[in-house]
Amino acid sequence: MRLILAFLVLLGLSLPLHADDHEGLPAVPKATGEPHPEGNEYWRKNHMTLLLHDRDLTLREGEREDIRASLESCFDCHTVKDEAGEAVTIEDERHFCRVCHDYAAVKPDCFTCHRSTPSDNVANRLMATPEEPNSIAAYLERLKALEADESEASQ
Amino acid sequence: MTNRAEMTRRDILKSGAAVATLTLAPGVTLMTFGGSEANAARADAGKRWGLLIDANKCAADCSACVTACKTENGWGNDGGEHSGPETESAWIRKVTLRDKHTGRQVSAPVMCQHCESPPCVDVCPTGASMQRVDGIVLVDKHICIGCRYCMMACPFKARSFVHSDVPEQSVNAPRGKGVVESCTLCVHRVDRGRIPACVEACEASGNSAILFGDLKDPESPISRALKQYSSIALRADLELNPGVRYQNL
Ligand code: SF4
Ligand code: SF4
Repeated sequence: MRLILAFLVLLGLSLPLHADDHEGLPAVPKATGEPHPEGNEYWRKNHMTLLLHDRDLTLREGEREDIRASLESCFDCHTVKDEAGEAVTIEDERHFCRVCHDYAAVKPDCFTCHRSTPSDNVANRLMATPEEPNSIAAYLERLKALEADESEASQ
Repeated sequence: MTNRAEMTRRDILKSGAAVATLTLAPGVTLMTFGGSEANAARADAGKRWGLLIDANKCAADCSACVTACKTENGWGNDGGEHSGPETESAWIRKVTLRDKHTGRQVSAPVMCQHCESPPCVDVCPTGASMQRVDGIVLVDKHICIGCRYCMMACPFKARSFVHSDVPEQSVNAPRGKGVVESCTLCVHRVDRGRIPACVEACEASGNSAILFGDLKDPESPISRALKQYSSIALRADLELNPGVRYQNL
C-alpha cells in the first residue's frame, strides 16, 4: 500500500505543480540556487539512494570533496523561511522535506541526528589552505620552528 | 556538474572509489577498491593519525581541550529528562592520577584511544563500530542500534550513549538519541586538512600538551618524539596498540 501510495505521489509530483490546478497535492517549496542538472523528477525519485550512497562514502571512506548528495548542501537551496525570516526546522510542517513526506506518510529519520536547517558554521566546509593557522600544514610548520628554536637553545 | 541521472551504476561505483578491474576469465572480473594516490581527499591507508599527550605539560586546572571539543561537536549540554552526570556524553575527560606512595599528581585528557585492534569494533553486532583505513575509529550512527555492547567492551570508558533528543546539531558532528558516540579525532577537520579541535585549543592555552600527527610517517614530529622519549599506551597489557599515547604519566 505504502509503495503504491509513494508511486502515486511521484506520479503526481512529476507533473508541473500549481497548487490551484492540482488540488490537494503538496506545493513543493521554491528553491534557490542552480537547478539540478538531472532535473527535479530524478531527484524526487532518487534522493534517498543518492544520499545513502554518499553518506557511506563520507563516513566510511572519508571522501569530503566529491560529495554531491549531503543534507548540508540540500539546505543551501531547499530552505523554507518563517514569518520572522528564520529557516524552519523539521518540527514545522512547512519544512522542505516534510511537505512531500507528510503527504506520502513516510517519516524520514535523518533528523534524529542531522540538523534540518542551514548552519552558519562553515569553518570546516572547505579544504584547508596552508595559510589557515589550524591547517595541518601550518601546524607542522610551527612544530618545525619550535624544534629549530630548541636545538639552537641547547647549543 | 556531472549529471548523475546519466551515470550508470558502475560509474557511480567508480566515482565513489578508485576501481581497478582485473579480468580473471571471460565474463568474470575482479574489482579492487582503494589506492591512496587515486584520491588524495580520501582517508588514506598510508597514514595513521594519532596523538601524543604529555602529562607534564598538561595543567591540572586547564580543560581547554574539553571545552573546545564540546563546542566543536555539540555535546555536553543535552538536558532532557534523563540528564545527569551519569548519562551526559563525554567524548573527552580530564583524568587526574595520584601516586599513593609519592603523592605525585598528574592530569591528562582521555578520549577514544583509536585502538588498532578495537574491542568496540569486535563486539559490535551491526558493523556500526568501524575503523577507517587511517586508523580513526567511528560509530556509523546510520546503522547503530544502540545496544551499547561497545560501551561495555571499551576499556577506556570512551563511549557515550545519547539519552535525549538533540535538536539542530552542529554540522560538524551529527548526533542523536538512541545511538552511541565517541571522539572522532575530529574526522571532519582532519579530512579537510585541519588539526583536531582539542589540539588547537591546547596549543592556544599555551600548554601544547597534545601532539597530533601521522604515526606511519617516521619523519613526523609525533613519530620522532615516540622514538626518542619513553611513552606508554593506556592498558598496554591489553595489546590494543592505541593511536593515542601518553608521556610522563
Ligand atoms: S578506546 Fe574504546 S571506543 Fe576507542 S577504539 Fe578503543 S575500544 Fe573503541
Ligand atoms: S551501540 Fe551501536 S556501535 Fe555500539 S555495539 Fe551496539 S550497534 Fe555497535
